[in-house]
Amino acid sequence: MKWDWSAVSGFMPDLWAGLLVTLQILVLGSLISFALGLVWALLMRVPSRWVTWPVGAVTEFVRNTPLLVQLFFLFYVLPEWGVTFSALTTGVFAIGLHYSTYTMQVYRAGIEAVPVGQWEAATALNLPLRRTWIAVILPQAVRRVVPALGNYVISMLKDTPLVMAITVLEMLGRARLYSQEHFQFTEPLTVIGVAFIVISYLASLALRALERRLAH
Amino acid sequence: MTSGLWELVLKGVWVTVQLLVCSALLGAAVSFVVGVARTHRLWIVRFLAGVYTEVFRGTSALVMIFWVYFVLPVAFGWQLVPLWAGTLALGLTYGAYGSEIVRGALNAVDPAQKEGGIALSFTPWQRLRLILLPQAVPEMIPPFSNLLVELLKGTALVSIMGMGDLAFSGNLVRLALQESAEIYTIVLLIYFVIAFVLTRGMRGLEHKLKAGTGKPVGSTPDQELDRPQTTGVGGAVA
Repeated sequence: MKWDWSAVSGFMPDLWAGLLVTLQILVLGSLISFALGLVWALLMRVPSRWVTWPVGAVTEFVRNTPLLVQLFFLFYVLPEWGVTFSALTTGVFAIGLHYSTYTMQVYRAGIEAVPVGQWEAATALNLPLRRTWIAVILPQAVRRVVPALGNYVISMLKDTPLVMAITVLEMLGRARLYSQEHFQFTEPLTVIGVAFIVISYLASLALRALERRLAH
Repeated sequence: MTSGLWELVLKGVWVTVQLLVCSALLGAAVSFVVGVARTHRLWIVRFLAGVYTEVFRGTSALVMIFWVYFVLPVAFGWQLVPLWAGTLALGLTYGAYGSEIVRGALNAVDPAQKEGGIALSFTPWQRLRLILLPQAVPEMIPPFSNLLVELLKGTALVSIMGMGDLAFSGNLVRLALQESAEIYTIVLLIYFVIAFVLTRGMRGLEHKLKAGTGKPVGSTPDQELDRPQTTGVGGAVA
């Protein structure tokens, strides 16, 4: 096994450029998934099966099919329908949509875990439904689910390389490009493998610290 | 779509199923070995198993696949058949997630059960086989069911390396027909059906295994909050 440090240093500028794109996808994807997931979770509580049934079916479908094929679908089918986005936008949206079907379950569990007395108190105080949600239920539910949402952000980090399949040059895409140009596969791929381990390990440490703070 | 293209799709389904079965078997083996090692009494065994879990959960499955395809042959001179390369990468990665499930379920068994085993002078192996696993395994089934669906979704990644699985044959059909809505919808539906069959099968297995333990089937919202449904790092596993 030959290890060439000059290939590592040659790859570094590409790594930073790729890391920037990876983090961009991660942040935007997380925001979309947090927002959409909450929308799904609230829609699932509408007392009408005309709403819950379609929402439940669609999210179940998205959750149980591969993100990669969903990326292909959005990337190749949307232009056929006359809607064109950049590859990066498509990737961000696909990841956000895919993970929103997971965060939805997290929100649901968080909402269900709010004690029923809180609902009764809101009724007793004659709070309107809107205010019950915004001032009573959601603040308690969201606080409980922050660690679980964080876990999904870390999972999402590890799914960001998939967007290279639709030509976005994030970390893995950069590594593949560099490998093919210089015919050195070992170093760039190992470097980004280590980069992923380091980032997700640091993120999980930060998450554990956050979890401890929220517990008090 | 012509019958030739349908044949291509069916071939893709077959490759996906083969890959799923092989990597699920490897993943299950890794899960149990590493998961049990993480409850071992020697700290060095626990430490090594912990390093394995952190490393393989920390990296992305796709990066792992690239590594096995491109670095292993150059670095160690092992050129693997695509199916085995995919199996190795997916089995090792998802096995690391599974080991957390095994460890969590073993730790969740009432300590009195283990003490009972010690009082009856069972060997550690007997305690594990006769006392801990029969109680822990039924608890592992729901999280393993989720992980299996994640693994199914993960098998699509090998198509990036040109292995002819379902996602790959979908791409070929798109190139042949110059039309993508229909074929990708079909591919997604096939994946969904496979996932549905897997979850149903696992639910049946759970009912069967829990029949002897006197515990309710299903989980409470609290447990669901604690359990990452997908490939999360650092989360408590129920």
